[in-house]
Amino acid sequence: MTALCDRTGHDLAAALRAGEVSAAEILAATTARIEAVDARVGAFLTRTGDLAARQAATVDARLAAGEAAALPAVAGIPLALKDVLTTRGVRTTAGSRILEPYVPPYDCTAWERLAAAGSVLVGKTNCDEFAMGSSNENSAYAPVRNPWNLDTVPGGSSGGSAAAVAAGEAVWALGTDTGGSVRQPAALCGVVGLKPTYGLVSRYGLIAFASSLDHVGTFTRDVRDAATLLSAIAGHDPRDATSLPEPAGDYVRGLEDGVRGLRVGVVEEWLSMEGIQPGVRDAVSAALDRLEGLGASVVPVRLPHADYALSAYYLIAPAECSSNLARYDGVRYGARAAGAADVVEMNARTRGAGFGDEVKRRIMLGTYALSAGYYDAYYGQAQKVRTLVIRDFEAAFGQVDVIASPTSPTTAFRLGERTGDPLAMYLSDIFTIPANLAGVPGISIPCGLADGLPVGFQLMGRLRDEATVLRAARALEDAIGFAARPPLVAGLPA
Amino acid sequence: MGDAATTAGPVAGTDTAYETVIGLECHVELSTRTKMFCGCRNEFGAPPNTNVCPVCLGHPGTLPVPNERAIESIVRIGLAFDCEIAPHSLFHRKNYFYPDMPKNFQISQYDLPICVGGHLDVEVDGEGRRIGITRVHMEEDTGKTTHAGATGRIAGADYALEDYNRAGVPLVEIVSEPDLRSPAEARAYLTELRATLLALGVSDVRMEEGSLRCDANISVRPVGHPEFGTKVEIKNMNSIRSVERALRHEQERQVGVLAGGGRVVQETRHFDETTGTTTSMRSKEEAFDYRYFPEPDLSPLEPDPAWVERLRAELPELPAARRRRFEQRYAVPPAQAATLAADHAWAAFFEEAAAGADPRLVANWMTGDLAGLLNEAGIELAGAKVGPRHLTALARLLADGTISSAGAKAALAEAFATGEAIEAVVRARGLAQVSDEGALTAVVDEVIAENPGPVEQFRGGKEGALNALIGPVMKKTGGSANPQVVRDLLRARLSR
Amino acid sequence: MTPTIDVDHVARLARLVLTDEERERFGRQLALILEHADRVREVAAADVPPTSHPIPRANVLRADEPGPSLSHEDALANAPEAEAGMFRVPPITEREEEG
Ligand SMILES: [Mg+2]
Ligand SMILES: [Zn+2]
Repeated sequence: MTALCDRTGHDLAAALRAGEVSAAEILAATTARIEAVDARVGAFLTRTGDLAARQAATVDARLAAGEAAALPAVAGIPLALKDVLTTRGVRTTAGSRILEPYVPPYDCTAWERLAAAGSVLVGKTNCDEFAMGSSNENSAYAPVRNPWNLDTVPGGSSGGSAAAVAAGEAVWALGTDTGGSVRQPAALCGVVGLKPTYGLVSRYGLIAFASSLDHVGTFTRDVRDAATLLSAIAGHDPRDATSLPEPAGDYVRGLEDGVRGLRVGVVEEWLSMEGIQPGVRDAVSAALDRLEGLGASVVPVRLPHADYALSAYYLIAPAECSSNLARYDGVRYGARAAGAADVVEMNARTRGAGFGDEVKRRIMLGTYALSAGYYDAYYGQAQKVRTLVIRDFEAAFGQVDVIASPTSPTTAFRLGERTGDPLAMYLSDIFTIPANLAGVPGISIPCGLADGLPVGFQLMGRLRDEATVLRAARALEDAIGFAARPPLVAGLPA
Repeated sequence: MGDAATTAGPVAGTDTAYETVIGLECHVELSTRTKMFCGCRNEFGAPPNTNVCPVCLGHPGTLPVPNERAIESIVRIGLAFDCEIAPHSLFHRKNYFYPDMPKNFQISQYDLPICVGGHLDVEVDGEGRRIGITRVHMEEDTGKTTHAGATGRIAGADYALEDYNRAGVPLVEIVSEPDLRSPAEARAYLTELRATLLALGVSDVRMEEGSLRCDANISVRPVGHPEFGTKVEIKNMNSIRSVERALRHEQERQVGVLAGGGRVVQETRHFDETTGTTTSMRSKEEAFDYRYFPEPDLSPLEPDPAWVERLRAELPELPAARRRRFEQRYAVPPAQAATLAADHAWAAFFEEAAAGADPRLVANWMTGDLAGLLNEAGIELAGAKVGPRHLTALARLLADGTISSAGAKAALAEAFATGEAIEAVVRARGLAQVSDEGALTAVVDEVIAENPGPVEQFRGGKEGALNALIGPVMKKTGGSANPQVVRDLLRARLSR
Repeated sequence: MTPTIDVDHVARLARLVLTDEERERFGRQLALILEHADRVREVAAADVPPTSHPIPRANVLRADEPGPSLSHEDALANAPEAEAGMFRVPPITEREEEG
C-alpha cells in the first residue's frame, strides 16, 4: 500500500471526504517522511510544523462539522512553497544570505488563496539563490539532492519543491519558472511540473528575478493534481498589473477528453541536436509514438529563432534582475554589513557579502547590458529576438495544437559537474526558455527512465490554452503509466 | 532674442552684452488620496513611516499598480499646457542607488512621456511671452532623508534617517524649453505654472512643503552668439522668490566669469537661502548612467481619445483666460486682474462680490486692504470671516458716499476680525460720513478761527490752502465728515 | 569578437564590492557569456519591434482608493537599524542622482 504522503492530492481529498483519513493523519505521515529523508535530500529551508498542525486541525474541524461538501479541493493537503514566495510571519530567504533574517509582512497571492482554501503548509523549500540556477547548487544554504540518486542534482531553480514532491515530503508544491525552473527540476525528479500562461497566476509576492519572465508554477504527482492546484491559485489579481484580467477557470474539467484529432508539433532539430542524451531522445520518441497511438497526429514544426532564445534570455533575465535586486541594500530589511563608513560602502559591502556567485555574475551582466552605449546592442536586440520567438510560436500554433519536446537535454547530472562552466549549465534550459520568452504554457511529465533517472516530456500550448496542454498531458500520462518511485522512498515502510 | 531689456549686460568695463538662457524643471506632487503605485495615503505631515506598506517600502515580491486618478491629473495638466497627449506612453525604470528610494530605481517615464510639446503664456512687464514646455511626465516621489548629527548638513553628518511616507507619492515633472531669458521671466513662469495647477485642482503646489520643487538650468552667452553657453543646474530653491534670487546671483556670477576671461564649468550648484548665493555641489565630469529600461511590471498607457477630449472639454477656466476676462469684462487693471485670476478661490470671491457692486472698487479693496489683513493674520482667503457679501457692501457704501475711504478701512478691519456685516459695523461704530451741513458748520467755523494763516492765503487767492483746512475738519470729526461737503462749506463760509 | 568589460565600472554601478579573484573571474566569464549572447545581433533586424511584455496589455490602473498600510511596528520590524521611528543608515556623503 502506498504511504499517505506518497498519494496524490485528489486521492487524499476523496479519502478525507469519505472519512477514511484525517488531515492530521496525512500531515503526520508527511512530517514523518520529512524527518526520515530530509537530512539527506535537503528540500526544506524552513519548516512550518506548528502552522501546518493548526491548518490541518481547522480542516478536520470542518469535516467533523459536516462541511465536507463545501471543502475546497486543496483543503487538508500538505503543501510546500518555494522560498521565493512570501509568507507573512514566516521567514522567506529566496535561498540567499542577504535575506537570511527577512520575515515578510505579507503573503504572496498564491499562498493567500491556498491558505484561505484550507491548504496545509509544511515548509519553505530550498532553491537556487533568487531562483538563478538549474541545479540548486546556487542555494546559499546547501544544495538539494535528487531523491532518485543523492549524488545528482534535482535541477533548479525550484529543486527543493521538486525533490520534496518526489520524496513524499509534500503532496504538492509551488515553484517558480523564469527559464524552466519548474519544468526542468520536475523532469529531473520524475514529477509533473506546470508553468501556466504568463499572468495567469499572480506574481504578487513572488520575489522577482526577471519580471517579464517569472511565473508561479506547480509540482504534483499527476496531471489531475496540477489542474486542481492551478485552479486554486489562478485568476486575476488587482495587485499585479500584469495579471490576466479573466477570473480563474476550472482546469479539471475536460481533463479526460483524450487527444483524438489533436495535432502535436515536434521541433525535429531539437531531437537531433548534439548534446541530447540518447536515453532522453528514446523516451521522448516513445512518448510521441504513444500520442499517435491515442489518435493524435504528430507533425514537424519549426521554431526558427528558438536557437537564439537562449542568447536573448541571458540578456533579458540578467538585465531585469540587475534592477530587481537593487533593493537589497541593507537599508529596510535583510542583512547589513557592519562597520561601513558611509551608506555607499554599506550598500556595496552588504551586497558583496550577501549575494552568491551566480547572482553577482548576473547582476554584473545585466548592469553591463543596460549601461550607456550597450543597451541597443544587447537589451534592445534581445527584445527583438523575443518578438521573433513569439512570432515563431504564433506561426507554429497556426498548424498544431501543442508542441512536444524533451523538457531538458539530459537527465539529472552529478553535483559539481557543471558548476565551473556557466554556459554548460545554461544549456540545460534550452528547451524550456522559449516558453518563458513567449509566455505560453508548458508542462513536463515523466515519460520513462534513462539509466535509472527520470526523463521529462514537455508539452507547450497556445497562450491561455492550459486546457489543451493539460488534456494532452493527462492522456499521455495515462498511456505511459509511469509508476517508478525514487529508490530512497521505495525502501521506506508505507 | 537680443532684446536689451532681457539681457544681463553690458558689464561695467566691457562692451559685451550678455544674454541669459534659463530652462526650468519642476516637480509637482499630485494631491491624490493615495500614492502612485499602492493604496497608502498621500498626506503631508504624518508621523514617520506610518503611511507605508510592502509596496512603497520596496519589499521583495511587491508590484506597482498605477493610480488612475494620477493619470487623469497629468493628462489634464498636459491639456492645460496645450501638450499633445501621447497615444502610447511607457513607464521606464531609472536605476540609481539612494537610501530614500526603496527599490533603488524610480519608476518614471523616459523616451515616451505622456504629454509632449506644449507651452505656457506668461506676462512680464506687460509683455506676453510664450514659453515652450518640452514634456510633462509621470513618476514617483522618494522618501525623506534627515541627516543627523554634527551639523545637520550632508557633509559632516554622523548618520541619516529615512522616512518613506513620501516614497511613491505621484510626482509630475514639467520640463520647460530653454526659452526663459531673465530671472524675472522665470518668476513669471513659475507664478503662472502654479496658478494653472491650482486652477486644475491637481496639487496644492506649496513650495515650502515641497509639493512644488524646482531646479533651474541657466547659462549666459554674448548677445548674438548662436550657441548656448555652458549650463549650470541650480538646486534647493524653496520659493518662487528664491528661484529668482538664485538665478540673479548665478547670472551675475557667470557673466563675471566670462567677462573676466574665464570659463563656466558644467556643474550642479546649491542655493543658500541665507547668503543668497550658489555654491558648487559637484561637477558633472562623469555622466550618470541610469540604465533606463521599460518597466516590466507595468503596461503602456494608451488613453482613449474620447476620454482625453472629455477631459479637455471639462477643463476649468485657466488663469490666463480668466485674467483677460477680468480685464475686459470688469475693467480691472492688469496687475490686479493677474492677482485675482491666479487663485481659484480669489477669482470666485471676486466674481461673486463684483456681481453686486463696482468691480473696480471690489478689485481694489481685495488686492489692497483684504490681502493685507490676510497676510497679517497669516491665513488663507478660505479661512477668513469676511465673504464676498462684505466686499459687495463695502464697495456699495463707498460708491454712494455713505462711507469714506478711512471709514471703509476701519469697517473692513472690524468685519475681518468679527465677521459682522459691513452695514452693522458702520452703524455700530458710527462710520457713516456726516454730510449734514448744520452738524458740520460749527466745526468748520472752529477750524477757520484756529487757522488764520491758511485762511488768509485762501482769501489771497491761493486755492490750495483750502486743503490745509479740510484736514483739521476731518480730524475733529474722526474721519466721519464727507470731504466734499466740508470743502463746499469751507468755501461758502470763507467767501462771505 | 570578445567584448572588453570595465568590471570596476560595472561593479560600481551595481554597487557591489568584489574581491580581486571575483573581478578577474567575472571579467573572463562575462566576456564569454556576452560573446554567446552577441548572437542576438545576427537576426534582430531594424524592422522588428522590441517586446518587453509577453502579453500586450494597456491602461492597467487602480482606483484612487486607500488600502491598508502596515502598522508602524510592522514597517520597521525588518529594519537592520531604526531610530525615532525611522530607518537608520550610515552617513550619506554624496548625492548620486540628477533629479
Ligand atoms: Mg524627475
Ligand atoms: Zn504603500
